[in-house]
Amino acid sequence: MNLFNLLKIAIKALGNNKLRGFLTMLGIIIGVGSVITMLAIGQGSKQSIKAQISQMGSNMIMIMPGGESRGGVRQSADAMQTLKPADYQALRDNCEYIAGISPMVNSSGQLVNGANNYPSSVWGVAPDYLDIRKLELEEGSMFTDRDIQSARKVCILGRTVIDNLFPDGSNPVGKVVRFNKIPFTVIGILKSKGYNSMGQDQDDVVIAPYSTIMKRVLSIDYIQGLFASAVAEEKTQFAIDEITEILRRQHKLRDDEDDDFTVRSQKELSDMMSTTSDLLTMLLAAVAGISLLVGGIGIMNIMYVSVTERTREIGLRMSIGARGRDILAQFLIESVIISVTGGIIGVLFGVGAALLVQTLFHLNVEIQLYSIVLSFLVCTVTGIFFGWYPAKKASRLDPIEALRYE
Amino acid sequence: MAKEIIRLDNIRRTFIVGGEEVHALRGVSFAIHEGEFVTIMGTSGSGKSTLLNILGCLDTPTSGEYYLDGVAVRTMGRNDRAMLRNRKIGFVFQNYNLLAKTTALENVELPLLYNSAVSARERARRAEEALVLVGLKERLYHKSNQMSGGQMQRVAIARALVNDPVLLLADEATGNLDTRTSYSILVLFQELFARGRTIIFVTHNPEIAEFSSRNIVLRDGRIISDEVNPNIRSAKEVFDALPNDDN
Repeated sequence: MNLFNLLKIAIKALGNNKLRGFLTMLGIIIGVGSVITMLAIGQGSKQSIKAQISQMGSNMIMIMPGGESRGGVRQSADAMQTLKPADYQALRDNCEYIAGISPMVNSSGQLVNGANNYPSSVWGVAPDYLDIRKLELEEGSMFTDRDIQSARKVCILGRTVIDNLFPDGSNPVGKVVRFNKIPFTVIGILKSKGYNSMGQDQDDVVIAPYSTIMKRVLSIDYIQGLFASAVAEEKTQFAIDEITEILRRQHKLRDDEDDDFTVRSQKELSDMMSTTSDLLTMLLAAVAGISLLVGGIGIMNIMYVSVTERTREIGLRMSIGARGRDILAQFLIESVIISVTGGIIGVLFGVGAALLVQTLFHLNVEIQLYSIVLSFLVCTVTGIFFGWYPAKKASRLDPIEALRYE
Repeated sequence: MAKEIIRLDNIRRTFIVGGEEVHALRGVSFAIHEGEFVTIMGTSGSGKSTLLNILGCLDTPTSGEYYLDGVAVRTMGRNDRAMLRNRKIGFVFQNYNLLAKTTALENVELPLLYNSAVSARERARRAEEALVLVGLKERLYHKSNQMSGGQMQRVAIARALVNDPVLLLADEATGNLDTRTSYSILVLFQELFARGRTIIFVTHNPEIAEFSSRNIVLRDGRIISDEVNPNIRSAKEVFDALPNDDN
């Protein structure tokens, strides 16, 4: 008997029991559908988490003066004056793996605007700082390299600082605020970022050209640290190695000398992220596996009932010349048709559900092509696997007994 | 002398039931030639069902030899016997055994589906021919549940004929039908007999023997009589003489 005839017989038999066939398929439909939806949501949230973490600056690198230790004695980083503006220039000009770099000098003090004052600290940085820390301007503009060269007294304020210095709600851009008696012109406002996961107010910030802070506020010739961002999160280690190499050369350190600076990245953050997303994927795969298994057992159950119910038909088919393997093939094809049709409907259902979730709950959803292909393969295998036992049972029936079966 | 279709040589069939041997057939021998209409009769327990299963290649004898159309069946495997049934035997059952919710044509096509040498077109043509032969020209596309018992049995007979078997094997083929319909089916069998078909009709109804050309009676696994019927009654005459309830 050829495959086409077998297909015809199987479709015919399924057509005789449409509701049952559909209910059996439902197991597979829900199984495959949930696999696709879950993986789409899982992948979507993975992307969201990734975006959020990189918002926090997962590719950020911090360079602090001072080694871990020197001569066995741990040193306070403040006491170190090993990083110079020249190091900044060298890194900026020579590093391939960093997207942006900014020096950092910090001074605490009182900010005054007329009758209002507020204690804050001013960060002296370069224009790249905004990109590195994922900060955005709400209004005004960032200072330029030219402002840095001329050490202009300009600053950019965060929302918390503005709320304290300008309680009447007036626009601070263009106004002059005093920091430690030095007048700074406000040229921009940072977009509010709220509190970070550690509970720090990210809007309590004032930034100004680093040269201004160094020369006019602190009167120092060194920088307290550097912020850089790697071109991509996964390139962070290359960037660290590159920075280390350039700084060692810059500081003319011999091979046997320890680093007189420390480079740190947000590696813990990215490690945490990949652990989380791997766990999520594993969890979803488990759910997917279980639902497909349940669907498969549903198929086995129904095929088993079907074989028992159609014992007489099997007996008849055998009496008119069907061989065991014809019967086996017939029932196997029936279960494969159920599972594959269920699979197709499940794929459509899953894609639909994923899109619905996206529209209704505004969740980031990414439908995975591999999940469609995979669940399709899996449900075909499920059909064969769970259809095998009932089909084998059917094919081994004794035609005499089967014909007499009531 | 016509061709020998069936030859049984000292057929024995023993079953083991609950540790005890049951001798269903205790040495049965006979030959049936082409064009015979043989009834095999016997009460229940006489071994006629066992004999029918062996004749139909559904079962094999414990000892003795069975030749169907010159082929020794006893030593054949399951698959070879399935093939043999498909090509050489047409079964007609008491309860028709049609596929549910399936048209007459599809039911009749069924044996040919298991014969890959027959194309789809050929299959449909032969099924239609067989249905026309049994008088169901107008019922090709009726489903099995839309037909009367007599019509269903006709479909079953058409199904048995569609592979042009050497032997038509009927098992109480009129057992489920009322008298009038039974005779109409007997008329059909006699028509097939007249066309030269070899028919074996297994029954416990002694009346049917009057319409066949030869009658074999079994009792306790042995043949107790094997007689040629010199005066075959015409089923058609009996049928025509029956009062017609429909008018």
